[in-house]
Amino acid sequence: MKSIELKNITKEYDGNPIIKNLNLNIKENEFWTLLGPSGCGKTTILRLIGGFEEPTSGEILFQGKNITEVPSYNRQINTVFQKYALFPHLDVYENIAFGLRIKRVDESIIENKVTHMLKLVNLEGFETRRIDSLSGGQQQRIAMARALVNEPKVLLLDESLSALDSKLRKEMQIELKNMQKKLGITFIFVTHDQEEALTMSDKIVVMDKGEIHQVGTPVDIYNEPKNIKVARFIGESNILCGEMKQDMLVNFSNRDFQCVDKGFEDNESVDVVIRPEDVDIVQPEEGFLTGKITSVRFKGVHYEMIIKSDGFDWIAHSTVMRPVGNEVGIKVDPENIHVMRKIGGDEN
Amino acid sequence: MKIKKSMYPYLIWLLIFITIPLLLVGYFAFTTGDSINFSEFQFNIDNFKRFFTPVYMKVLYKSVKLAGISTIICLLIGYPLAYIISKENKKKQNIMVLLLLVPMWMNFLLRTYAWLSLLGKNGILNMFLMKLGFRQIKFLYTEGAVLMGMVYNFLPFMVLPIYTVLIKIDKSLIEAARDLGANRIETFIKVTLPLSISGIVSGITMVFIPAVSTFVISSLLGGNKYNLIGNIIEQQFRYTGDWHFGSSMSIILMVFILLTMGVINRFDRKKSGDEQ
Amino acid sequence: MKRIEEFTKKIYTFLVFIFLYAPIIFLMIFSFNDSKSRSKWTGFTFNWYRELFRDGEILRSLYYTLLIALLTTVIATAIGTLAAIGIHYMKGKRKKIILNMNYLPIINPDIVTAVSLMALFRFLRIRFGFITMLLSHITFSIPYVILSVLPKLRQMDKNLSEAAMDLGATPFYALRKVIIPEIKPGIFSGALMVFTLSIDDFVISFFNTGQGVSNLSITIYSMARRGINPVINALSTLMFIGLLVILIIINIKTDKEIMSKGRRI
Repeated sequence: MKSIELKNITKEYDGNPIIKNLNLNIKENEFWTLLGPSGCGKTTILRLIGGFEEPTSGEILFQGKNITEVPSYNRQINTVFQKYALFPHLDVYENIAFGLRIKRVDESIIENKVTHMLKLVNLEGFETRRIDSLSGGQQQRIAMARALVNEPKVLLLDESLSALDSKLRKEMQIELKNMQKKLGITFIFVTHDQEEALTMSDKIVVMDKGEIHQVGTPVDIYNEPKNIKVARFIGESNILCGEMKQDMLVNFSNRDFQCVDKGFEDNESVDVVIRPEDVDIVQPEEGFLTGKITSVRFKGVHYEMIIKSDGFDWIAHSTVMRPVGNEVGIKVDPENIHVMRKIGGDEN
Repeated sequence: MKIKKSMYPYLIWLLIFITIPLLLVGYFAFTTGDSINFSEFQFNIDNFKRFFTPVYMKVLYKSVKLAGISTIICLLIGYPLAYIISKENKKKQNIMVLLLLVPMWMNFLLRTYAWLSLLGKNGILNMFLMKLGFRQIKFLYTEGAVLMGMVYNFLPFMVLPIYTVLIKIDKSLIEAARDLGANRIETFIKVTLPLSISGIVSGITMVFIPAVSTFVISSLLGGNKYNLIGNIIEQQFRYTGDWHFGSSMSIILMVFILLTMGVINRFDRKKSGDEQ
Repeated sequence: MKRIEEFTKKIYTFLVFIFLYAPIIFLMIFSFNDSKSRSKWTGFTFNWYRELFRDGEILRSLYYTLLIALLTTVIATAIGTLAAIGIHYMKGKRKKIILNMNYLPIINPDIVTAVSLMALFRFLRIRFGFITMLLSHITFSIPYVILSVLPKLRQMDKNLSEAAMDLGATPFYALRKVIIPEIKPGIFSGALMVFTLSIDDFVISFFNTGQGVSNLSITIYSMARRGINPVINALSTLMFIGLLVILIIINIKTDKEIMSKGRRI
């Protein structure tokens, strides 16, 4: 079932297009993430859905109904703002009760719901606390509670974890995901952090410069990036220029490799992506390619090694360390070689 | 640290020109005697007793009343203006603020004098009334004229602090209120207004204090009939020569203002919290 | 609906600005009126301007106004800036007391400051005149300098002066080469504020002058009390135009600064 549908949305500021003719169907009760570098238009999309901006052209549908003209206060959608936007002149209780009071809900019901929300976000007993006496994580949770108490069908979260330190952030990622499952409503989350997107989402929308590059599950996006931009944005990769010889055979680094991709034209120029953890370091004579280790860095679980081979710096992750200067071989399994079409007019 | 020594000149200045003079005024207030020759001083509270008689209480009442009314009028005119300005784009905002500042930089006496010639018996307002077939009205030397002078002179002092607070309000707070279902009026009452209390408070103090202590506006536009507490103090120091009584009134005025400020500041803190 | 609202807003703003400007504009128009009438236009003349420039009292008070404003600006800015730096590096209760003392002349009604200074000069048996007026102007000005410099000091990197001294600078050298350049905008706006306050002041000058020394405000007051005088209108017109010219110059200058800064970015 469709929850939010964007149809041919274009948004311009002073004639500069931020969003270009964008189409997107967001399914109900899923955790969706809009992922992209800052300035890619992801926050603008969120603001369009929230009703804080009007599209220059196009339609926004909510459960099949056109809501393009509906003001934000009449949408069944609530937002958790980037810096939370908690009201500094109200205490925690009044912040959460804000939306209910606007709807003139009975005082006893308000009390029940606020107490319930505080329990849900694990902040019981915080009713009378002032907003500026809360930590970042607590503020984040109050902002969630304030939005969720209105029982929205869709919750929008605008970079809502970016103000937290990394440990808290990890915790909140898990908590958010659990909460979404428990509540069974649509979450639309905006972030520029690919790791965050991969951890939490059911679906990821990768964006750049006002356009959607790929929509898919985290596994799809990580393993099968559609083009070089997506590949660059999701995780560290070795990205090489190559040529598709024929189905299941690609040439790069002056050598033919077996792969699993097909459907390209013969001798089509392509980009090849190989994840660092898929680069096997072997004895020089066993490798498809040979090279020299130029740098080794300990990363905790694994070592990150740079191997110079034929002018290209390969990044490889391995739990086995090879000292700098070692001659090594590089081997990649065919299913770990990912071939992508070039994007028109792109650099490289 | 040696750098702190840089404030010594100021400390000396503070002592000689602020502390000692106020102590002197306090000393005068609690004594009677020959203030022209500084002799025969006696400690007593006669000055205060004299002040708390119906004649002077009426003056104090009138001063507070006029200042209070003009402050309220300034607030009622000024808040909407500040709000409108704050919603304009940056360029228009700057122009409008500048337009607000220009009359303020004009000499205060000249601004008041302008009303003297507008409101006078043969002034432009009365001429208009006559042309329209009405009878002449006595504008000048009335309470209304004094009020007009106060509002005209102090209105920008109300608009600017409110405007400054309004533009600082985080826009996402307004969006959050809308997101939670509040329409524009509800958003204003529940978010914008409470968040601008500190601007209202400083606007009120910036209008009320000069209005309650003025003697220029009342003597130019109110004639001799509209004596305010400022006029009485002026008379004591400049003409009657009873510095003791003048000092006691100054002390009363000062204490009154400090108390009022204390009260509204507490209100401010309670409402909008100790953010600053 | 939205258009009605926009329209109401525009009308409202327009009316308020009319209220603020109409008196000044009438004043200016009637400075060219041939007769003393304030409502009937009887013909164009420059007479009142001619009379203005022949009026020794006004010219003398203009001279005193500018002289006192300049001296006050220099002295109050110097004392105030140094004081602000000192206060900035103070801590605890002492700092609070000094800051509150500093607020006193700002909160206190002008008339209270005026009579307290009057009492002081009388007590010290200083003759009222130029010196007493200058001293009182400096007194009410210093707090404003401090208040406009302090925020700039707070914005300044805490370690800046410490770093300078760590690198071997004496406190005086650090003050001159590190701190003062950092807080220059605050000093400048404080000085500008003092200059305008001093030019505009009436109440404090009125009580603390003598020997025939008076500034423009005092002269205007005594003229206005005697009744309507078109020379005052002429004076207003010139002051208003002067003010506008200064504003335009400042605006052009800041515009240029912004533009040159913009280019650098």
